[in-house]
Amino acid sequence: MPQVRMVVNGREVAGEVEGRTLLVEFLRERLGLTGTHVGCDTSQCGCCLVLVDGVSVKSCTTLALQCEGANVTTIEGLASDGELHPVQRAFHEHHGLQCGFCTPGMVISAVDLLSRNPDPTEAEVRSWLEGNFCRCTGYHNIVKAVLAAAAELRQQKAA
Amino acid sequence: MYAFDYRRPSSLAEAAALLRQDPEAKLLAGGHTLIPTLKQRLARPSVLLDIGHLAELRGLREENGGLAIGAAVRHGEVAASDLVRRTIPALAALASHIGDPAVRNRGTMGGSIANADPAADWPAAVVGCGAILRTDRREIAADDFFRGLFETALEEGEILREVWFPRPERAAYAKFPNPASRYAIVGVFVAKFADRVRVAVTGAAPAVFRATEMEEALTRDFRPEAIAGIRVPEDGLNSDLHASAEYRSHLVTVMARRAVEQARAS
Repeated sequence: MPQVRMVVNGREVAGEVEGRTLLVEFLRERLGLTGTHVGCDTSQCGCCLVLVDGVSVKSCTTLALQCEGANVTTIEGLASDGELHPVQRAFHEHHGLQCGFCTPGMVISAVDLLSRNPDPTEAEVRSWLEGNFCRCTGYHNIVKAVLAAAAELRQQKAA
Repeated sequence: MYAFDYRRPSSLAEAAALLRQDPEAKLLAGGHTLIPTLKQRLARPSVLLDIGHLAELRGLREENGGLAIGAAVRHGEVAASDLVRRTIPALAALASHIGDPAVRNRGTMGGSIANADPAADWPAAVVGCGAILRTDRREIAADDFFRGLFETALEEGEILREVWFPRPERAAYAKFPNPASRYAIVGVFVAKFADRVRVAVTGAAPAVFRATEMEEALTRDFRPEAIAGIRVPEDGLNSDLHASAEYRSHLVTVMARRAVEQARAS
């Protein structure tokens, strides 16, 4: 079986995989990183988003071997030194989740958005999140959380 | 998914050689159509040849007054490209409404074109601009490329390398998207050149087609009013649970008018 190597959350990892092994299977089943969820398994819901070389990718629609040599960040890799990432903190503070199933994908998607557009309008946040389904919240608090995180990140950068 | 091998050729020539050796091999670029297809066990390739990273397919440059875009350039890269926004902004706008952000981060222009899904957006831009499709063997005119439902002029083992788009004076793409998939129920790309106007319709029929009566009317008078009374006959249009052929015929005129309005405002 072929070997795949990548950096996941700052750590070099390697493992034998099949051609058909999905990135999400490698992350969850080999590395035990179960924060990345499989929702629809048909590339629609966004629960499985991870960052691959800095951009959000559906890990259920990406082969592990396509990520050979890539830098992957999952939800587990966002917090540092026990401090939640500002997007995670904003989801907590603004109650941007109920059951939490979609949350890892929402947070990763928001991190990707804010890396491109540090000051999005509410409409831009809603439009960006169209590939992330939440069946609990009605999205309002998620959008609030992303806008609050954007403001905090801008402040951090200015400081 | 059935089991398959995965290989990452290091050049287009190597990919072509591997394709020749194994008729069951398939090319993989972004994988955002192919992997879902494999999950449904609708295809059973022996090996996937990953060409998504090949530098030969990843260029994006100005050429001959137009734009040459590599087949493995991703939708999101087209949408975000300053060069595309400056030269043919309608292409950036079209790319920015494909799927959702994560789909655009992986899916490629060439993959969409070679797959020739009847509801895909890129074929409308290719035919609407009258682009030239460059493969590892030859050049193919846009009007000769799309042959039918998921069918193109590409021969066995032929690889789409890049697409050259001439630069229209004005262009726009208007899409009535499926609310779930964002594929086009009907999408119309209108491009105005110095001497003529081209109108390409996707989503409405088994393959992208040109609305020639609209082209003639718009070449005489590039205003939405000029085509308000022109209907593409519903005969042969797609009819499914999303839209009847009659409704699609209606939508073609509406989307074409909107595209002309946008192009005039651009």
